[in-house]
Amino acid sequence: MFVIDTIVHRLKRGCETMAYPKGPAPALPDRHGGALKVNGSLCAEGCTACVPLCPTAAIARPAGSSVALDLGRCIFCAACVEACPQHAITQTGDHRMAVSRREDLLLGQPGLEEARLAAALDRKLLKMFGRSLRLREVSAGGCAACEADTNVLGTIGWDLSRFGIQFVASPRHADGLLITGPVSRNMELALRKTYEAVPEPKIVIAVGACAIAGGPYVGHPEIHNGAASVVPVDLFIPGCPPHPLTILDGLLRMLDRLGKKG
Amino acid sequence: MSASTPFALIANSTGLPWGEVPAWPVREFVRATARELDRGGRLCAWFGVAENGGTSLVAVLAFDADNTLAAGRSAPFTGSYPALTITHPQAHLFEREVFEQHDLMPEGHPWLKPVRRMDGNAPAVGEFFKVDGREIHEVAVGPVHAGIIEPGHFRFQCAGEEVLHLEIALGYQHRGVEAALAGGPHLATMSQMETVSGDSTIAHATAYATLMEALAWTEAPLRAQWLRAIALELERLANHTGDIGALANDVAFLPTSAACGKIRGDFLNLTALICGNRFGRGLVRPGGCRHDLDTKRTEQLQDRLKVALADVGQAVAWFWDAASVRSRFETVGTVFPAQAAEIGLVGLAARACGLVRDVRYDHPAGWHRFAQAPVSVWPSGDVFARAKVRALEIERSGQYLCEQLATPPGDVLYAEPDGPSPDTLAVALVEGWRGEVCHVALTDGVGRFRRYKIVDPSFHNWTGLALALRGTAISDFPICNKSFNLSYCGFDL
Repeated sequence: MFVIDTIVHRLKRGCETMAYPKGPAPALPDRHGGALKVNGSLCAEGCTACVPLCPTAAIARPAGSSVALDLGRCIFCAACVEACPQHAITQTGDHRMAVSRREDLLLGQPGLEEARLAAALDRKLLKMFGRSLRLREVSAGGCAACEADTNVLGTIGWDLSRFGIQFVASPRHADGLLITGPVSRNMELALRKTYEAVPEPKIVIAVGACAIAGGPYVGHPEIHNGAASVVPVDLFIPGCPPHPLTILDGLLRMLDRLGKKG
Repeated sequence: MSASTPFALIANSTGLPWGEVPAWPVREFVRATARELDRGGRLCAWFGVAENGGTSLVAVLAFDADNTLAAGRSAPFTGSYPALTITHPQAHLFEREVFEQHDLMPEGHPWLKPVRRMDGNAPAVGEFFKVDGREIHEVAVGPVHAGIIEPGHFRFQCAGEEVLHLEIALGYQHRGVEAALAGGPHLATMSQMETVSGDSTIAHATAYATLMEALAWTEAPLRAQWLRAIALELERLANHTGDIGALANDVAFLPTSAACGKIRGDFLNLTALICGNRFGRGLVRPGGCRHDLDTKRTEQLQDRLKVALADVGQAVAWFWDAASVRSRFETVGTVFPAQAAEIGLVGLAARACGLVRDVRYDHPAGWHRFAQAPVSVWPSGDVFARAKVRALEIERSGQYLCEQLATPPGDVLYAEPDGPSPDTLAVALVEGWRGEVCHVALTDGVGRFRRYKIVDPSFHNWTGLALALRGTAISDFPICNKSFNLSYCGFDL
């Protein structure tokens, strides 16, 4: 009988929700690599080995300058990491990558080797959203991977609702939007209308390389190169797709829920 | 018998010179295609190729029982041609697509309108089919939906609770995938293939990689083919488990819903164990694979797989044990076998109507030539059948993985293929978790893509969802929709 089975199962398993953020963060898969660190000062004179390998043109080496990598465009294929003879581009294994300003994802210059992680919302917004944040999700050309790894935060292992964060079925009930996908032109109107339907004050979160900068589709005439081309964005979470832990870190960081450890 | 077909025979994951694809004047070509479909052929792809100021129509057919594919084409033409849809409804979306892309008018097409054309800042959805009457009401849903899912628009014509007709308008996700492939492959092509439909990364990446290998008249090393087959089944396990959980959630059966949500993640993490990415991005490349499974990693994979399979087995058993679940699924959202064959359903939706259709079995390529999984079929065509086929396939895929992981072949994982041959047509079919992923490439005189056609299983199957809703209560739409769980971006491209 499933009634007894399920109860016994529950008793045996106990609570399956992870200890994070009170306990340590779960480990990323060892081949994931985490965030990138770019130390432009290590670049050899005239070397552009990484530049032509990047599928999203996230890397440039302007004449007379060291390498510049846009973590917002990056899909984390690690082709550049493998190709760099100087180890100027390295994987840190760090799941934390969310930033509040787009330019905080531009890596390479001295002092700017890594992403400058997002600050918490200001006091007024924190008072409103810090313990209760309702989001409406808009997929606008998303491939269903960012959507899936956002969705997974609602499962028992992650249990997003313990932080007071919930996805709602109407923009009228929402405090903000979480946007995935490069924003296809065919979704522009729907995205604008959804944004306008969210009451002020509102926040917008762009999840994934597509929503930040167009991802693998950057430059296609059928898309806008990311959510910020259509609505103002308050939090950028890189990845293709970002690991659920990276998304959760971004949300908690913005809501100042990570304490000193963050 | 396909042996006597006037079309050029072609095996899955191989190519043939474009000049050897037989061509007819368009009227004859449509008649010839209709004859082949009448003899048991199935339309895998139907698309246009710009040629000499006109357009040639190309048909790729599958003769499942004969384990062969066939290709034919029309001479270049402009203007109109007699629609194939009139006699063979499985062509209806293909002909709309050709109409939209090449401005060719299929004469007599019963519902000719755009598929994904852009109209400023929204798709050109056109007029919806309307049912008249004082008792009739219309329900519009989307494009933005209530959950964390992709956008699309559903227009229902209802009499009370009962749905008389559902029209599905898509195109919102259009990213210009096919248009960008002209002149390719480009630097971004592989990443685009991995995101054609993000939950089918391995299926689409494998189809593309196999096609590139076929165009170079070669194939990937065996070990890479083995690893692709393993990743493909992990993808199937993750998605089927997630869908069973979602179906349970929609009928408020929380034990299975909660358990499957977690176990789905366990399967995704197994893919991440292989390549670092939960969806398998970065694993498959033309010429082989980028990450290997060493002995230690294989053991880890086997151990974790065993646990996840036992967990999902238990969660699914609760589900079937509950009469309240079974009664919500049985006889709801039925697609009849004859309908399924007529509209050309593929994959698990077709197998849930009793049709034995599975590329791994009918058109084995790659590792599936050496190791096949049995085809899981259920006859009733309803939500129950689609859940049941998923449950059966979870068992079969689990068993397949356990067997294959125990016998890894060779040790070479990658061999760089030559560039694609010029003026060659190649076809690759892969049985993704939803069904048949079909990629067709035609190269130009220097081996660049002249035309690249992608047919996601969703392209065939959205019509199945529309039919499933006829006579069904609109309140059952969520479980019908979940039972198909089709891709929007795979359709919109």
